[in-house]
Amino acid sequence: MAYTIEGNSGSWEVVVGLEVHAQVISKAKLFSGAATAFGAAPNSQVSLVDAAFPGMLPVLNGECVAQAVRTGLGLNAEIHLHSRFDRKNYFYADLPSGYQISQYEHPIVGKGVIEIELADGSTRQIGVTRLHLEQDAGKSLHDQHPTKTFVDLNRSGVALMEIVSEPDIRSPEEAGAYVRKLRSILRYLGTCDGNMEEGSLRADVNVSVRKAGEPYRTRCEIKNVNSIRFVMQAVEVEALRQIKVWEDGGEVVQETRLFDSARGTTRSMRSKEDAHDYRYFPDPDLLPLILDPAWVETLRAALPELPDAKRARFIDAFGLSPYDSGVLVAEQPTAHYFETVAAGRDPKLAANWITGDLFGALNRTSRSIEDSPVSAASLGALLDLISDKTINGKIAKQVFEEMVETGAAPDAIVQARGLRQVVDTSAIDAAVDAVIAANPDKAAEYRSGKDKLFGFFVGQVMKAMAGKGNPALVNDAVKAKLG
Amino acid sequence: MSLDQAAVRRIAKLARIRVADDALPQLAGDLNAILGWIDQLNEVDIDGVTPLTGAAQMTLAWRADMVTDGGDAERVLSNAPDREGQFYAVPKVVE
Amino acid sequence: MISDFTLASARAALRARDVSSVELTQHFLGAIEALNPQLNAFITVTGERALAQAAAADAALASGDQGALLGIPLAIKDLFCTEGVRTTAGSRILSPFVPPYESTVTANLLRDGAVFLGKANMDEFAMGSSNATSAFGPVVNPWTRTGDNRPLVPGGSSGGSAAAVAAGLALGATATDTGGSIRQPASFCGIAGIKPTYGRCSRWGVVAFASSLDQAGPVARNVEDCAILLGSMAGYDPKDSTSANIAVPDFAAACRRGVKGLRIGVPREYRSDDMPPEIEAIWQQGLGWLRDAGAEIVDVSLPHTKYGLATYYIVAPAEASSNLARYDGVRFGARSNGEDLTALYENTRADGFGAEVQRRIMIGTYVLSAGYYDAYYIRAQKIRSLILKDFTDVFARVDALVTPTAPSAAFGLGDRLDDPIKMYFNDVFTVPANMAGIPGMSVPAGLDAQGLPLGLQVLGRPFDEETVFAVAQAIEDAAGFVAKPSVRAGG
Repeated sequence: MAYTIEGNSGSWEVVVGLEVHAQVISKAKLFSGAATAFGAAPNSQVSLVDAAFPGMLPVLNGECVAQAVRTGLGLNAEIHLHSRFDRKNYFYADLPSGYQISQYEHPIVGKGVIEIELADGSTRQIGVTRLHLEQDAGKSLHDQHPTKTFVDLNRSGVALMEIVSEPDIRSPEEAGAYVRKLRSILRYLGTCDGNMEEGSLRADVNVSVRKAGEPYRTRCEIKNVNSIRFVMQAVEVEALRQIKVWEDGGEVVQETRLFDSARGTTRSMRSKEDAHDYRYFPDPDLLPLILDPAWVETLRAALPELPDAKRARFIDAFGLSPYDSGVLVAEQPTAHYFETVAAGRDPKLAANWITGDLFGALNRTSRSIEDSPVSAASLGALLDLISDKTINGKIAKQVFEEMVETGAAPDAIVQARGLRQVVDTSAIDAAVDAVIAANPDKAAEYRSGKDKLFGFFVGQVMKAMAGKGNPALVNDAVKAKLG
Repeated sequence: MSLDQAAVRRIAKLARIRVADDALPQLAGDLNAILGWIDQLNEVDIDGVTPLTGAAQMTLAWRADMVTDGGDAERVLSNAPDREGQFYAVPKVVE
Repeated sequence: MISDFTLASARAALRARDVSSVELTQHFLGAIEALNPQLNAFITVTGERALAQAAAADAALASGDQGALLGIPLAIKDLFCTEGVRTTAGSRILSPFVPPYESTVTANLLRDGAVFLGKANMDEFAMGSSNATSAFGPVVNPWTRTGDNRPLVPGGSSGGSAAAVAAGLALGATATDTGGSIRQPASFCGIAGIKPTYGRCSRWGVVAFASSLDQAGPVARNVEDCAILLGSMAGYDPKDSTSANIAVPDFAAACRRGVKGLRIGVPREYRSDDMPPEIEAIWQQGLGWLRDAGAEIVDVSLPHTKYGLATYYIVAPAEASSNLARYDGVRFGARSNGEDLTALYENTRADGFGAEVQRRIMIGTYVLSAGYYDAYYIRAQKIRSLILKDFTDVFARVDALVTPTAPSAAFGLGDRLDDPIKMYFNDVFTVPANMAGIPGMSVPAGLDAQGLPLGLQVLGRPFDEETVFAVAQAIEDAAGFVAKPSVRAGG
C-alpha cells in the first residue's frame, strides 16, 4: 500500500531524494597529510594545505580513491576510470581556500542501486545517481563569544563521499530504510564508520509532494540531518508543510531549509540563499584521475560479503526467515556472531536466541554485540547443553540470565547450581507416584476422561523436581502411571 | 557581451570586493573593453575540439595514506589577524 | 672586479678561493644599499641572513664542498615563500605575511648553497608587464635611452629580479612566468631568462597566480648562468601534483652543444605590420647568426597563435579569481574590519588588492559564472587545445622556434597605464608558450636605435630545455652583447 498523506484537497504523494555525505575512513585527509581523528584540540590537525596558505598545493590520498571505488562496487555502481576534480567557489569562514575541491562534471562513481527492506517484508530498489569525492569544510562555532565566530579547521579537507540517490523514495519509512541500508553497506565495506552523532554520516534531504500522476513539483533541501529518526521526521514534517502551502493557494519556493529537531519543524536558511553561483571549473592544481581497470578488479576481488548476499545465504543455507536474516545481517558483527553460534548447531535455535534473549540483554545493559557479556562461544556452549539434554530449555533461560550477569561459562553455572536435568527414570517415577498419591481426586477425574488434567500432573511433577526433570521423560512417566 | 553596472556590482559581490558606487562606471568601462577585445575568439572554429585544462600532459599521482602533517596549531595560527585561543576569530556569523 | 663576475666566473673564483662568499655578499649588499633607493628592485633586503649564509658557505667551501651554488648571492622574487622572511607577492594584502615554510625552489637553491640577498619587487601577484602594479612602488629599469634620463619600466612581472641582475645587485635571481613574466623583463633589461617546461620546477610554496600557466625559472647575466640556476631550481616534487617526474639534465653542458644541423622554425604569424622595424631587423640578424652556425632556418605556421593573448585573458583571470579567494583576512595577511563577515571580506579585498588585480579577479569571476562559462572558459580551453596542437605539429618538423621576445623595447614609467589592453600586448609573443606549457628563453641580441636592449625568444619542445639553451647560447655567442645599463653597480 503506497504511502500518501491525506490533505484537504485529496491525497498527496511524497517524493524524496537523499544526498548522503559519508566521511571516508582514512588516516590522513583527502589532499593533505594531516590526521582525521575525531575530537582533537582546535586546529591541531591542520596542515598549511588545509589552511590554504599561499602556494600550498593538494596531493591526492590514494586510499581515499580506493575507498570511493570500494563503495561504488558495493553499491553495484559503474566505476568511472576517468574522473576529475573541480573547484566549487564560494566564500565562507570555514572554507579556507574560498573553494571546495569536489567532483562536479566527472564523478568517480556513476549509477548504482540500493535495495531497501520494509517492515511489511517487501523490498524496493532505490537508484543511486552518483558518488563523488570531495573535501569537508572546517567548523564554525557561533556560541563561544558574544561578537565573534570561532573557526576550527580540523575537519577542513577530510575526505567525504557524497552519495546522491535518485528521487525514488516515497515515504519517511523508505527514507529511513535507505539511510540504514546505506550505512550498513558502508560499514561492511569499512569505508565509513557511519557514526551520525559525530557527523561521519549526514544527509541532505530533498523533499517535494505531488498528486498522483503529476510531474515533480518544486523541492526543498533540508541540510545536514544527523540521525535516521530525524531524516524520517524531516520528510514527514516538510511534506506536511509543503502540502499546507499548496493547499492554501501558495507556491513552494525552492530553498535550503534546516530541520529543528527540538521543535519538529523545518525552517528556511536564508544565509545560504544569496548568490548561488559556484563557478565550478577543473582544478588546475590537479590532473585527471585515471584508474587502472586491473586495480579496480583487485579491489572488487577483496570486497567482503555484503548484506544482501549474506541475507540471501542465511535464507538459503540456514533456512532462516527473510525477516530474521535481515535483522542478523544489518550489522556485520551480528552476522559474524550468528555464524559463530550457528556453526555445527541448529541455526534456527541460534537465530531465536540471538534475536530474542541476546538482543534483549544487550538492550537492557546498553552494550553492543562487540562487547556482549555473553560471547558467541558461550552462547554456543549453552545451546550444546540444551541439545545434549544436559539442561532443558526453561533452565537454559535461567542459566543465560546468570551468564549475562556474571559472564560465567554455562556448564560452570549448571554445575554450581545443580541445574543438570534429571534423566533417572526411577527418580522421576517416584516423583510421579508422590504427586498422584497427593491428588487422588484429580487422578480419578483424569482416568474418567478429563484429558486436560495431564498438564496439571506434568506441572506438579516438574515443580516437585525444581524444574530439572527431563520434560519428555516426565511426560512418559505421567502417561504410564495414570494410564 | 556587455556588462551594465548592475552586472558589475553582482560580479564584485561574488568576488567579495567592495566597489564604491562612483567607481562603477569606470570599472564597467574597463571590463567591457577587455571583454570586447576577448570577443575576437568568437571567430575561431572550435567544433569538435577537446578542451585543454592544463599544460601538464600527465595523470594524477597519489600519495600514501599516512599522517605526515598537522599537529602544530601555532604554525597555522601564527599569521592570523585575529584569534581566540586556538581558534581563528571572525565577526559573528548568524545562520 | 666583483662587478664583472658572471655567476659561473664567481663560482670559479669562490672555488679557487680567490674571493670569499662574504666578500661577494658584502659587495652586493653595498650595491643594493647604493642603488636600490633609485631602482626599487628589492622589497625586502635580508643583509644579516645573507652574511650568515655567506659565512656558512665559506666554511663549506673551505672544507671542499662543491655545491652548485655554494656562496652565490641571489635575489628571490617576492612570490617565493621564504621561511621566516616576509613574502608579499607585491601586494598590500600580504604585506604582514611571514611564511612558516620555504618554497621547494628556494629550498633547492639553499640546498645547493646559495645566499639570499632579499626579496625582489614585482607586479602585484605577478599580474603586470611593467612592474607598475606593485604595492611597494614601481621598479625602475637600470637602462635609459641614449641622451634621455627619463625612467623606463623594467618589464614585468619579474621586474625587480631583472633590474637587480641588470644593475649588478645580484648574480642571478629567481623569477616566475605566467604569460611572459621572465622573458619580457629579461628582454627589457638586457639579460637572459628562461621559463622552463610546465612541471619542470615545483610550484609548491610559490604564491599562485594561474596554476595551469605559472612556472618558475631564473634570470641571469647570460645563458650559461641561467642553465646553472635552473639545474638547481628544477626537479620532481611530490608535493606538487603537476610536477614532472623527469630527471634534470645537465643544462650547462647543453649550452655548449652548438646548433649545427638543428632545424629552427620561424613562425610567420609573429610578423606583423605594426612591428617596429628594429625588432624585425634584430630577428633577421639572429636567424642569420644561427644559419651561420650551421642551423637550417624553416618557415613555419602557428595559425592559432594570434588568439593566444585573448585566450590567456580568460584562462589566467579565471584561475586567479579562484586562487586569490584565500586572501580573505582570516588566517593570514592584512584584514580590514567590517560589521559582519561579508563586509570584512569585501573591505579586506578592496583595500588589499590593487586595481589591476581587482580587474582580473572580476574578469575571472565573470567568465566562470553561470551562463558565461561555456561562452568564455570552455571556448578558451578549446582554443588552448588548438594552440598546443599548433606547437605539437610544428615541433614534428623543427627543433626550436626563434621569435622576438616582446613587440617593443622598454617603455616609459607611467606609459600605457590607462589602457590595460595596450599593456597586455607586451606578452603577445610570450603567452603562447605558457598556454602550451613549452620552454621559452629570452636572450639579449642587440640594442635599438635609442640604446635599449632587445631580446630574442627561443621556444623548444616540452622538456627539451637543452636544445633551447644550445640555441640561446649560439645567439649570445654571435651577438657579443656587451652593452651596460646606465645605472650599474661598480660601473
